[in-house]
Amino acid sequence: MVLFIEQLLNGVQLGIFLFLVSAGLTLIFGIMGIINLAHGSLFMVGAFVAATATTASGSFVVGLIAGVAAAGVTGLAMEYFILRHLYHRDHLDQVLATFGIILFANEMVTIIWGRTPLFFNAPDILNGSIELVPGIIYPVYRLFIIAVGIAVAALLYGVITRTRVGMLVRAGATDREMVGALGVNISVLFMALFGFGAMLAGLAGAMAGPLISVEAGMGESQLILSFVVVVIGGMGSLRGAFIGAMLVGIVDTMGRAFIPDLLKLFLPIAEADGLGAGLSSMSIYMLMALVLVIKPSGLFPASSGSH
Amino acid sequence: MSNKRNTILLVLLGAILFTMPLLLDAIGQSFLLGSATRILIYAIAAMSLNLILGYGGMVSFGHAAFFGVGAYVTGILSFHMFEDTTIFGLAGTNSAAIAWLASIAISALMALIIGALSLRTTGVYFIMITLAFAQMIYFLFVSLQRYGGDDGFMMFDGRSRIAGLELGDDISFYFVCLAALAIFAMGFKTLVNSRFGQVLKGCHENEPRMRALGCPTYRYKLVAFVIAGAGAGFAGALQANLTEFVSPDYVHWTRSGDLLIMVILGGIGTVLGPFFGAAAFLMLEEFLPIIFKGLGLPLLQEHWRVVFGPMLILIVLFAKKGLYASLMDWGRRKND
Repeated sequence: MVLFIEQLLNGVQLGIFLFLVSAGLTLIFGIMGIINLAHGSLFMVGAFVAATATTASGSFVVGLIAGVAAAGVTGLAMEYFILRHLYHRDHLDQVLATFGIILFANEMVTIIWGRTPLFFNAPDILNGSIELVPGIIYPVYRLFIIAVGIAVAALLYGVITRTRVGMLVRAGATDREMVGALGVNISVLFMALFGFGAMLAGLAGAMAGPLISVEAGMGESQLILSFVVVVIGGMGSLRGAFIGAMLVGIVDTMGRAFIPDLLKLFLPIAEADGLGAGLSSMSIYMLMALVLVIKPSGLFPASSGSH
Repeated sequence: MSNKRNTILLVLLGAILFTMPLLLDAIGQSFLLGSATRILIYAIAAMSLNLILGYGGMVSFGHAAFFGVGAYVTGILSFHMFEDTTIFGLAGTNSAAIAWLASIAISALMALIIGALSLRTTGVYFIMITLAFAQMIYFLFVSLQRYGGDDGFMMFDGRSRIAGLELGDDISFYFVCLAALAIFAMGFKTLVNSRFGQVLKGCHENEPRMRALGCPTYRYKLVAFVIAGAGAGFAGALQANLTEFVSPDYVHWTRSGDLLIMVILGGIGTVLGPFFGAAAFLMLEEFLPIIFKGLGLPLLQEHWRVVFGPMLILIVLFAKKGLYASLMDWGRRKND
């Protein structure tokens, strides 16, 4: 039971990362109908800059801010120089051009920071563990991530449903041309949104830094998982991204923790380990296939705004 | 587009490919024959992707999955032949006829399952789902501890056997791949010009209209997806034979991206385009580092991708017609 609750919390924490990455992905797609493979590179930039800034300044907060800012600036540059020219192209062009950005970004990061993974620590206050309920001890840093993620999700929800900007975002997702025709400067709105999405991805990367090794290509597994998230949740829907991220995070973590043990009940240990590892890394894709069979456009499809 | 020019191009290409082992020998670079064979193999894979991408308009970002399945099937059969063990109660084999056909059949089956699910969606969903399924297959291979897991495995039994041919000889194997490519290309041309090919193009141009005409578009697209998967599986079987090595790296998601690039670079929706794309892509990969070394740029020699990425972006933005169209239009732009 203790293990179960710990793994559940780990699943929520993975879900938070996935939500931060997929929020930008899904909003950008919802408004501009553009698929950006290089979104994972922003996660990577956030992590690298946060690692360097934390080590240089000795302050995790400075690192976090630097990581978020760097990802935001990189995102704005990406939008201005490349993606802007792809809005009216088909998805294939968008995929190829952003694939080119990934090659460039990974290689650039290798040139600047080298091939050795970077490590940095969370500040001391966040380093310990606390006893949540008697018998369940959990690292403070992971709780911190969960808290930040939920705060960001609540903030986003408030902005999208309660403010004028949020209204424009929702309207843009429904009918982009019409919003433009009503006199809203769509390209400024999009650039702002893109920068914001980039900052969220950077935040996830910067917070992930102390937990995973910071190396070139680290954003890609996050990107592919985020794709699974938005397919499950429905493209363009923030609520879908949140619920999809939680589902994927929990199913993935739980699968890894328990499928091998379950298999050991009726298979030899060596085979159960191998098969279990395979099955548990495939579990989220099976979840995705299941959702697709039942609801081909995801659990919370946004309206038909895109192509 | 003139047919005459196309014929000249084909004859020229055939002559070069047919004499490649001699040509390489003459310039003292016969070790490059392996790279030339690799181009032929990837040309088959890129052509098969072009069927769904160029003619059917389905942007599959997971085509390397079928390539990998083909490689693993042939590899695993050879593995059990060498070990003298069984898999699912069946003995291993090194017979090309059985192993390659098994590769084709099982990739086709995987394509049927993945296609049946993925084709329920369109557009950007389709891209993401094919990518995700390919990733699932990648993790499946990584988890196969028996077959080396992450690292893959060597085919200690050597290349497959065909009666009367010694595939272990690199020149023989080159010609087998060349024959495979020629047959595949001819079959491909017949297919896209057939009624089936026309319907597929129709689905790409205007799917609602095809449906309104009473055409079961889902079934047509699925059949195309399965044929493309089978073609990639065949290429995978050949690739496993070329290197006598199989690893999950064949299914890495960037390999699917590479295949897409080959198709675009060569010319989407043309029969020969993907061949030129595969040749250009693999030659860039091979020679860019050497070129940078020659230019005295050691930093770029190691990190050639930092140039290749932006090149790709520029090609997408400005030169989307591809190499094949450039060859066909060369020097005659003013007349159009």
